[in-house]
Amino acid sequence: MLGKTLFLLCLASALSEPLCLKDTSDGYKVRISIKTALGDEAYEWNENEMFLFRATLAFAMRRYFNREDFNVSSILVCDETPRVSFWFVVVSPQNASQLIDKADVENAIRMSRHRINSAFLLTDSTLEFIGIPPTYAAPVNPATPPWLIVFGVVMGAVCAGIIGLLVSTVLKKKGLTEDENDEEEAQDKAVENGIACEDLDGVYNRAFPDDERLTKM
Amino acid sequence: MVKTGESTDVEERPKWDNKIQYLLTCIGFAVGLGNVWRFPYLCQIYGGGAFLIPYLIALVFEGLPLLYMELAIGQRLRKGSVGVWNSISPYLGGVGISCMLVSFLVGVFYNTILAWVLWYFFHSFQEPLPWSQCPLNVNHTGYNEECVASTPVNYFWYRETLDITADIGISDSPRWWMVICLATAWSVVYICLIRGIDTIGKAVYVTSTLPYLVLTIFLIRALTLPGATDGLIYLFTPDVSSLVNPQVWLDAATQIFFSLSVAFGGLIAFSSYNPEKNDCERDAVAVGVINSATSLYASIPIFAILGFKARSNYNTCLNQYVNVLVLTNHFEISDQNITVENYDHWLGYLNASFPDEVSSLKNIRTCNLQTFLDQSASGTGLAFIVFTEAVIEMPGSQVWAILFFIMLFSLGLSSMFGTIEGIVTPLIDLKVVPKQIPNELVTGTSVVCLISFLMALVFTLGSGNYWVEIFSSYVGSVPLLIIAVFEIVGVSYIYGMKRFGEDILFMTGRRPNIFWRACWTFISPLLLKGVLIAYVIVQAQKYPSYPAWNPDYEFFPQTQMKPYPNWVFAIIVLLCVLPVISIPLVALYRLILCGLQRKSSNVRPNPYVNDGYTGETA
Repeated sequence: MLGKTLFLLCLASALSEPLCLKDTSDGYKVRISIKTALGDEAYEWNENEMFLFRATLAFAMRRYFNREDFNVSSILVCDETPRVSFWFVVVSPQNASQLIDKADVENAIRMSRHRINSAFLLTDSTLEFIGIPPTYAAPVNPATPPWLIVFGVVMGAVCAGIIGLLVSTVLKKKGLTEDENDEEEAQDKAVENGIACEDLDGVYNRAFPDDERLTKM
Repeated sequence: MVKTGESTDVEERPKWDNKIQYLLTCIGFAVGLGNVWRFPYLCQIYGGGAFLIPYLIALVFEGLPLLYMELAIGQRLRKGSVGVWNSISPYLGGVGISCMLVSFLVGVFYNTILAWVLWYFFHSFQEPLPWSQCPLNVNHTGYNEECVASTPVNYFWYRETLDITADIGISDSPRWWMVICLATAWSVVYICLIRGIDTIGKAVYVTSTLPYLVLTIFLIRALTLPGATDGLIYLFTPDVSSLVNPQVWLDAATQIFFSLSVAFGGLIAFSSYNPEKNDCERDAVAVGVINSATSLYASIPIFAILGFKARSNYNTCLNQYVNVLVLTNHFEISDQNITVENYDHWLGYLNASFPDEVSSLKNIRTCNLQTFLDQSASGTGLAFIVFTEAVIEMPGSQVWAILFFIMLFSLGLSSMFGTIEGIVTPLIDLKVVPKQIPNELVTGTSVVCLISFLMALVFTLGSGNYWVEIFSSYVGSVPLLIIAVFEIVGVSYIYGMKRFGEDILFMTGRRPNIFWRACWTFISPLLLKGVLIAYVIVQAQKYPSYPAWNPDYEFFPQTQMKPYPNWVFAIIVLLCVLPVISIPLVALYRLILCGLQRKSSNVRPNPYVNDGYTGETA
């Protein structure tokens, strides 16, 4: 009995070995930079931290699939380096030799990225999943771009100036034509002087041209 | 001497309010964008301080005589360019028409550059400056790839401002944001010109003085920045051996010529509004000297800031934080074991242990201050790419960006005044268009501005920038040189140096001295002809090509040099020939007319000869 169990365990462990490999196509590489993120308050990376990592990943898988069967044992880790980087794969809880699809793993991690980061007090750039780019926050986009506001101000001022100048020209011209009309009426009336009216017309003097309405001041 | 061709206007010719307005207008016309973004570049590539030698020689023997001549004939004959040249000789009437055409073509593309300046000015109010960071890509997983491959500054200029296409043949549609900036630029030009020299004279109080104020502010700020001295030393260190290269002399001569804005007809128009007895010699020398002094003065803060930019780029490169990460990640060394301080030590160790791997790492960068200093540019590249990058690094970047673009806009606007007046004044004199308000509502200025705006819509297309380059290289160069040669030969030989001397005696109270006479008769025509021939030869030697911004290019972000297609080449030739074709055409037309008149009987009385009076006219 004991021999059989041992044999099965050895078989299981032997079978699980090839599942997690460096540069595997179904897993991801993780790179952690604790000292960069926390400086003096950096904690040391040890087996307990690795356990937390596997537990967090299991949580992420549970959350994504909405099932409650993923466990720490579903997450296999290998090729650890002093950098603190390693590869991991996720196996199905029902069948220990079947890997969860890479795309599902990516989506699960994306969904819970913030929770994973917070568990380790790290950020997207210090807890890197090589191959899963972080989702950047949408930049603040005001309703009207600020440049349109400045453009509106400048254009409005210029147009107001142009219209103002043109209108004042029109008004000036109207004022002038009114003055001319008044002058003509005064000439037609031909009174004021008290002299005999017949002579007021005078003799037309051809020396002065007729078409100048306005004399130069 | 008889004043020929005095038109009998009912109203007097408009006048400048005072001499200061006239001088400021002429200085503003001469001092333009080229003083800020072309002269410092030439200084830098042609051996720094040594470039001043050919520059000053060209100023004295080419620039000042031409300037003096234009101001004098405008003031004496009191007409725009077309009237002036018709008065000097009917066969030279075509020169005035050429001036007008060149002014029109230059005005169309020059104001497009001002529209670009306005666009950057509007964006300078944004926090943070939009050209300081890349936008995110579509699904927010990273930054826009085109931006990452080049730089945020390049991306903002080529993609968000111009939205440029990869080839001059691909026109795409007009960019709406550029159209409204162009409309704003033309509206500002229109409102400043609306009452002719009344409004121009008031506007130049601001537009001609503001650049000096801003340059001084920049000078003070720039000299306190770290790295400023690197830039200045780099700029001014004289390399006298560069004077051997004839290209240097050619560029100095052309720079002086284009910088002074002669042969546009604008200077003639401005001086025609002067009182008759005005000392134009002093004006000409003042304008010429101030123009060159401004170029020199502007190059100091520009290069101080460029030196600062080179230094800060170098420091960023030296910081080697990126290199630290590359080594750490590749060799899986514990985090923060390699730091900036012990980087060199680690690099040596790793290089000794794993030389093949280290040399295969492509991201390791070497830093050299000289390469950063060599990244210079002229023209729009300087203003919209290099300088904007420098402004990001300065504390309080918005203020500096706003100041810089306001300065560029004023510089360009005051040059636009002269360009447009060079078109409108002769048209008004010829009575082709209505006069300025307050006489008429629809004036020559509004017609010219509207037509120019419509034509400039071509530059808002996807390939617009390529067309602006064509216009600025070909319209604003060879035709002007040809016109200037005809001008100086026309005045010196056809009008006659004797008559011209008497005109100047009448205006200034003294005859021109031997220096001016020698220049006008021999030196300047010879210099100009030499410059023209050399320029044409240099241009003809290489098949013209243009730098295209092509994201699919294998060496992107470098620009791809493409040759101009044949139809574009035909348009280039047309642009060079069209303005100057009127000179021989008008001469021919007058010759034929004269010939026909001689053949028919002389029944038509000559209005200038009245046989009722005997004796000589003085």
